[in-house]
Amino acid sequence: MTGPARLPASARAILEGDRRALARAISEAEDDRPGAAAVARALYARTGKVPIVGITGPLGVGKSSLINLLVNRLRELDRTVGIIAVDPSSPYTGGSVLGDRIRFERSATDAGVFFRSMASRGEAGGVAAATREAARLMEAAGFDVILVETVGSGQVDVAIRNIATSSVVVLVPHLGDEVQTLKAGLFEIADVFCVNKADLPGADLARRDLRELVGLGARAGGWSAPVVATSTQPPSGIEELWNAVDAHEQFLDKTGQREVDERRRLSVEIVERVRGEVGRALSQRLEHDPELKGLLDRVVARSIDPRTAADRLARPVARGR
Amino acid sequence: MPLHEKDAPIRVLIAKPGLDGHDRGAKVVARALRDAGMEVIYAGLRQTPEEIVRAALEEDVDLIGLSILSGAHMALFPKVLQLLKREHAGDIPVFAGGIIPDEDARRLRKAGIRAIFGPGSSLEEIVSTARKLARTAQ
Ligand SMILES: Nc1nc2c(ncn2[C@@H]2O[C@H](COP(=O)(O)OP(=O)(O)OP(=O)(O)O)[C@@H](O)[C@H]2O)c(=O)[nH]1
Ligand SMILES: [Mg+2]
Repeated sequence: MTGPARLPASARAILEGDRRALARAISEAEDDRPGAAAVARALYARTGKVPIVGITGPLGVGKSSLINLLVNRLRELDRTVGIIAVDPSSPYTGGSVLGDRIRFERSATDAGVFFRSMASRGEAGGVAAATREAARLMEAAGFDVILVETVGSGQVDVAIRNIATSSVVVLVPHLGDEVQTLKAGLFEIADVFCVNKADLPGADLARRDLRELVGLGARAGGWSAPVVATSTQPPSGIEELWNAVDAHEQFLDKTGQREVDERRRLSVEIVERVRGEVGRALSQRLEHDPELKGLLDRVVARSIDPRTAADRLARPVARGR
Repeated sequence: MPLHEKDAPIRVLIAKPGLDGHDRGAKVVARALRDAGMEVIYAGLRQTPEEIVRAALEEDVDLIGLSILSGAHMALFPKVLQLLKREHAGDIPVFAGGIIPDEDARRLRKAGIRAIFGPGSSLEEIVSTARKLARTAQ
């Protein structure tokens, strides 16, 4: 039934390791082009087995530099790696400068690595959808581990929990105040804490502080996030960092937590997609709804308030008609 | 059909082959292209032709912009074009910027570099040419 002959040509090319086919399929998924759905459908059953490791943390803490070194480590372990690095899009022009690739120093001939930059393109659900699809495409193309660098905003990107099987939260020394502002969400998403720039003063203290905080909030399922100190210049702690991620992946398998997490992630994904589809359809319908114009006139004239107008427009949809 | 299909942003790789250590010009161009709504993959300094072509393929760009000051353009630019062809990606248009003498520019155009911008070029000119090249290639 699902033999290779039945697959769309582009899906087959991806399975055969055609790098340009993979690159194009990722673009189609990002742009949500019609061909993307067919490829995703054809390949889905073959995915869901490899670790997807999220690397998140505030701007400039060294996420890309760490990924560069993690890739080297994974290649030493003879594992192939797909990387997805997300940077923000300008809310005004939609444009973006994607600069994470600057830190990527892999030899141009190593076919065991595939690096893809991605712009966040507005809504959070959109990045998540494109990232998930890109990760699945990379897995189908044969990559053993997927690393995802989240957009380096002022905050930790909580959405990574809905994509990654393991999440590394990267922080730097002198992060006392930062941890205070980040703490909401921080401990729920961190499977591993990384104190990078350990070459700078204050790293020991930061690590101790974090360990204490982690001790206070042990998570359900029995995993307590280890705190690893790293530096990328000169490199140190990279092996330990990967070992900590690997230990978490083994924990997922041993305890059955992997299935629990995956079920939750897939549920979020489906709901996000439904919301996106319904929202789009609704916007389109409203654009041409004569009732909207009439209600709007009355809202502008202040004879009814916006909520009353919205309730009236939403009523048929909310009632399921 | 998805609403945003028509306006999928142009993806462009900006890279700086060669050994010179200044990328101010390349960064200015990268920002101008971003401000024009493009997604600019900025690969940084001292890229080999092999690295540039690899990045272009993995990032599935519509367009490649190369910047150079060191004078090695006659060796490096044709090498990029040649590697692109070898990877069956000769359809990705390449433009260039830098200090390039007229005679060299003529030869590079003949070799397949689609547009060349000297130090006096305006950003508007670069942006509109980049857009035209990307759209005709798609
Ligand atoms: N001292 C020191 N500096 C580092 C270390 N790791 C990275 N840096 C520097 O920190 C800066 C940011 O590094 P990146 O790897 O680009 O950080 P990032 O988190 O990916 O940045 P964004 O993607 O912009 O959020 C660069 O100047 C690096 O050289 C480290 O271990 N020690
Ligand atoms: Mg980065």
